[in-house]
Amino acid sequence: MSSRILSTRAEYGQTLVRLGERSRDIVVLDADLSGSTCTNAFAKRFPERFFNMGISEQDMICTAAGMSLAGKIPFASSFAIFATGRCWEQIRNAVALPGCNVNIVATHGGVTVGKDGASHQALEDVAIMRAIPTMTVIVPCDAVETRKAIEAAAWYDGPVYIRLTRENLPVIYDEASPFRIGVGSIVRAGDDLTIFAVGLMLHIAREAADLLQREGISARIANVSTLKPIDASLVASCAEETGCAVTAEEHNITGGLGDAVGEVLLKTHPVPMERVAVNDAFGRSGDPKDLLRYFDLTPEAIVQASKRAIERKHALAARAKDRKHATPA
Amino acid sequence: MLTDQQRRSRGPQELAEIARDLRIAMLKMLHKAGSGHTGSSLSCIDIITALYFSEMRHYPFDAEWTGRDRFVLSKGHAAPALYVALQRAGYISEQTLDQLRQLESVLQGHPDSRRCPGVEASTGSLGQGLSVAHGMALALRDHPEQPRVYALLGDGELQEGQIWEAAMSAAHYHSANLCAIVDHNGLQIDGVVAEIMSVEPVDEKFRAFGWHALTIDGHDFAQILQALEAAQNCTDRPTAIVAKTIKGKGVSFCENSVAWHGKAPNAAELSAALAELTGSRGE
Ligand SMILES: Cc1ncc(C[n+]2csc(CCOP(=O)(O)OP(=O)(O)O)c2C)c(N)n1
Ligand SMILES: [Mg+2]
Repeated sequence: MSSRILSTRAEYGQTLVRLGERSRDIVVLDADLSGSTCTNAFAKRFPERFFNMGISEQDMICTAAGMSLAGKIPFASSFAIFATGRCWEQIRNAVALPGCNVNIVATHGGVTVGKDGASHQALEDVAIMRAIPTMTVIVPCDAVETRKAIEAAAWYDGPVYIRLTRENLPVIYDEASPFRIGVGSIVRAGDDLTIFAVGLMLHIAREAADLLQREGISARIANVSTLKPIDASLVASCAEETGCAVTAEEHNITGGLGDAVGEVLLKTHPVPMERVAVNDAFGRSGDPKDLLRYFDLTPEAIVQASKRAIERKHALAARAKDRKHATPA
Repeated sequence: MLTDQQRRSRGPQELAEIARDLRIAMLKMLHKAGSGHTGSSLSCIDIITALYFSEMRHYPFDAEWTGRDRFVLSKGHAAPALYVALQRAGYISEQTLDQLRQLESVLQGHPDSRRCPGVEASTGSLGQGLSVAHGMALALRDHPEQPRVYALLGDGELQEGQIWEAAMSAAHYHSANLCAIVDHNGLQIDGVVAEIMSVEPVDEKFRAFGWHALTIDGHDFAQILQALEAAQNCTDRPTAIVAKTIKGKGVSFCENSVAWHGKAPNAAELSAALAELTGSRGE
């Protein structure tokens, strides 16, 4: 594993350029944030296939829908808050309902947007995108996974939402690592619990697993970067094998990874589960690191949640044992 | 505390001095914060000065008075310009300016009306402020004090469709107590507005929507005051003041610069900027 720290949005821009070289059908739209989303790399290389729509996200999304109906493969980008929130109904009715092949790639998801504060920190985007029928939702955790997710989205027929961060992220995957939409992966072996994590929180989860290991707790980490359709068999087998779960996401507690994993557990293996997420709050201004601490998105918070999950698992086991040994009256 | 009359009698000269003080305070604040929208704030600080220190009826000691005039900073990223005006007017303390963009601060990166005294509407997502301002105008139209509502918009912001939905409804309701001011600096984040997505002709667009519209130099206080008075005198429709401005106005190396849209001055840049601003004062 390498310890490189790379920008996922820069990788997005570079990937767009490579895709553009491979296919003339690739078109890119932005809404006055092409420097921040890094779609300007594509704009520079293929100016005739780049459309800056100005500050008009709704127009951008429906224009992308039209392009897809006319045979193009559009990528539309802005910050996560504006790319999903401002134009949710356009995404639902103009993109997803007719089954348009539109890829929405948003940067600046979560609180680590930093000092711009609450208005710019999307903590609901995954929830509202997941709620749209047929929508694919991916939250990659590093530059390599980002590139593979973008490439997969390009050739996948149907609407896709990909959420990236403003912050650079450590690279944990290499070229040989397989990526398939809807397939998760175990990035660390362990038996006592499974931590399901995505995006930036996957790295926080890895730190948490190190801390847990020092206390003799062996945590498995599963990256379920495709939140929809989630890798249900991976989630179920992890639950069965480790007996309890923690989810970790840079998102509001409602509707995101926690609910996506929880839905599978409820149906397959209802094991004790704890969630690490923003606890139903809006973001605020601050340094990304301070904000992660403020909102309890830390290795320590994951450690605590892990211990709670394990405790509940043991309590359940003890109760089951008691029931077994109890002599019928 | 000034009386309404004293406030309104401030001339262009006095307002220009206030604006220069505000620019100085703002640049220091931005430098301390280490991030923020310098160019966007310098662009509209003269307009905000004219509103808070001459035009608007508002009393910081009675900030919740229902008869007050309202200001909505629809281009919420220019929050620093609003914050220094609110400080000078007396809504917040001077020390508060040291906390721009900090975790527990009332001075969030974008204006937060629940936290910051004097902030009338939470903004930051472009395109929404004119509708919010119009809602206030509708709610206040039968108020005995006849409060007025001002909304400050970016020119790039005019690309949002919602602006034109609000333009349509404000004309439809003859909301003469609403005044939109467009900070027409010709730049947005990705470059020149005319190249990214032209919004011209701005005044004619508003006129076509049924507004009273005029175009002025947005750094000339005599023209700003005159336009605001013309807006007051127009009693059958909302007014749009298209203020031709210079993004980064007042600091030579920030002027007309896309790069200065959203960054704060470092120490050297701050002292160069302050030298320019105080130099023009003849100190
Ligand atoms: C809905 C929405 N989309 C995108 C942004 C990001 N953004 C912040 S400022 C800005 C450019 C604004 O340009 P303009 O309105 O001309 O304001 P100026 O800074 O030039 O005064 C953009 C796109 C935003 N704040 N809100
Ligand atoms: Mg502008």
